[in-house]
Amino acid sequence: MAFPDRIERTVEIAHPPAKVWTALTTAEGLSAWFGQQAQIDLRPGGSAEMKWDSGDTASMRVERVEEPAVFGFTWHIYGLPDDDPRRTYVEFTLAPAGAGTRLTVVESGFAQLPADAYRAAYDGNTRGWASELGELVGYLDAA
Amino acid sequence: MPPDIEAVAEQVFVALADPSRRAILAALASGGPATATDLAGRLPITRQAIAKHLALLAEAGLVAAAPGERRRVRYRLRPAPMRVAQQFLAALARDWDRQLDALMDHLDKNETDGGRS
Repeated sequence: MAFPDRIERTVEIAHPPAKVWTALTTAEGLSAWFGQQAQIDLRPGGSAEMKWDSGDTASMRVERVEEPAVFGFTWHIYGLPDDDPRRTYVEFTLAPAGAGTRLTVVESGFAQLPADAYRAAYDGNTRGWASELGELVGYLDAA
Repeated sequence: MPPDIEAVAEQVFVALADPSRRAILAALASGGPATATDLAGRLPITRQAIAKHLALLAEAGLVAAAPGERRRVRYRLRPAPMRVAQQFLAALARDWDRQLDALMDHLDKNETDGGRS
């Protein structure tokens, strides 16, 4: 078994980079092919959100904006709880190819593992509760 | 060095490959912590078999035993390894092929519309 950390696809598109860029980085473009509704604040650190009729939503944080060549964002790993801090990084690279565009998308970070952090957080919580309950008992005993 | 993420995911998938263990994990997920005896009352699995599976699941870190008297030990689900397995599944479930097809359809459609107007 090989844990996939990275997904990569390259496609040739018969449209110039400027047009592909608009489809990737504007609310109008994203809502036409990706989400059903989209909004985006296109600057590093800006936030973007997509919504689907199913009720699913995706919140993204814009990381790289180098028009019309590189657009990168991070988002939540699908299927993990909302409070999980792990995110994957998605980067679109647009290169002119004849009259069209060679578009590469790379999504990476699936195999990051803060399991130790989890264990620490979990154990920390458990200890926290134990000591808080201990303090509560002590307080009640003293009263 | 981080712990071996593949080993963690593999233990989850091995655990889930067995219908009895799947039933035990599902019972703990839906009903909360339970003893082997509780589980034997709810599932069509003997208490001995349940005890054996629970020991294996505890060793894999998928359930944790709360300290207690023998036969009264309550087992609870430990979700951290499941989340590691979910990461693996997330990579498999990510559908960039369909998404990129949709992008190209959108761009082609736009072109046609633009030509017409």
